[in-house]
Amino acid sequence: MSKVKLATIWLDGCSGCHMSLLDLDEGILALAGQADLVYSPLVDTAEFPEGVDVTLVEGAVSSQEDVARLRMVRARSRVVVALGDCATTGNVPAMRNAVPLTRILQRVYIEGADVSPTIPGAGVPPLLPQARPPHEFVKIDAHLPGCPPPPKAIWAAIDDLLHGRAVKLAEVKFG
Amino acid sequence: MLQKSKSISIRIDGALVATREGKTILQAAQDAGKTIPTLCHLEGLKDVGACRLCIVEVGGSGRLAPACTTPVQEGLSVVINSPRLAAYRRMLIELLLTERNHVCAVCVSNGHCELQSLAASLGVTSVRFRYRYPALPVDLSQERYVIDHNRCVLCSRCVRVCAEVEGAHVWDIMGRGIHSRVISEMNQPWAEASSCTRCGKCVQACPTGAMAEKTRAAEEMVKHTDAVAMAAARKGALI
Repeated sequence: MSKVKLATIWLDGCSGCHMSLLDLDEGILALAGQADLVYSPLVDTAEFPEGVDVTLVEGAVSSQEDVARLRMVRARSRVVVALGDCATTGNVPAMRNAVPLTRILQRVYIEGADVSPTIPGAGVPPLLPQARPPHEFVKIDAHLPGCPPPPKAIWAAIDDLLHGRAVKLAEVKFG
Repeated sequence: MLQKSKSISIRIDGALVATREGKTILQAAQDAGKTIPTLCHLEGLKDVGACRLCIVEVGGSGRLAPACTTPVQEGLSVVINSPRLAAYRRMLIELLLTERNHVCAVCVSNGHCELQSLAASLGVTSVRFRYRYPALPVDLSQERYVIDHNRCVLCSRCVRVCAEVEGAHVWDIMGRGIHSRVISEMNQPWAEASSCTRCGKCVQACPTGAMAEKTRAAEEMVKHTDAVAMAAARKGALI
């Protein structure tokens, strides 16, 4: 049996979900036996490959770059799983949503700056007016809530996916 | 002495259950050890049927009614668990989650929240409706407590515990529909509510992190809803 091609991407989140994934401890070894991690912030691949079996998405969609990456990932993955609360509800990145974007940028980069108050433009992806959960942009096959989801829940979900079973979620909660 | 009400029998999910006239479907089910999910219900307070989570199918037609405010009657047959009810209850939780800003990760009540645990127990792992992300105020004026409207589910437990148990009636709900908001007295800052006794029963009755003690950080606010029930029992507020 050829190994399952697994990928993860990190959009607008704190990387805590990826930390929780690493927290699988020796589960990582079992995972490595069954899956190849073909793209991830944790590995050194430059480009997201075609024909990925399962992709875990951490983070909310906050910039135009996030939208483009998410659409590309969806097109190249058979199964896409939202990993954690930011990818499920918007969570902390979405706490800015009730405030107009111009007001936030003004507050952070002008009023909050000690030196050279400038709103960044060149070289950084433009922010969307609101941070929103990925399922509002592309089809998400399963959600794994939690901030972060506990390693056991991530392992159970990955195990289901590796064996082609529908993801059964037990004992997961928001937060 | 209270006159004993008439003994009657009803069917819950097909099983015969003995109960008494004057009880609600929720009481009859709980007496029989059966669980119906609730949110706005709190032992010791009068039920108002605000959250609709306790909806059950009544009679042969399967008409939906809130178990907390629907009285039992002889020969009544109710369904309290069905795929249809589970779907509606999940939808209700999803709508509550989109209506305001429930960010569990940074909430004082994370891990001790009735909305959060209901979502988990009813299998809500994502929300199919668009989040509204409304701009809502936080009233920090009171010395010891805070009310954060971002986390309010409009269950009115604070309103009822203050009016029925403490007897102060500081709280009420203004506006209609999506604009409804819990207010103190005539929509003044909490600190300016002269009828408030600072007893904190509203805080203990609140099912989410909408009302909390100021000294609490994320995950630290554990509510003592049992204390509300005991205070109500002492006062004899439950009729």
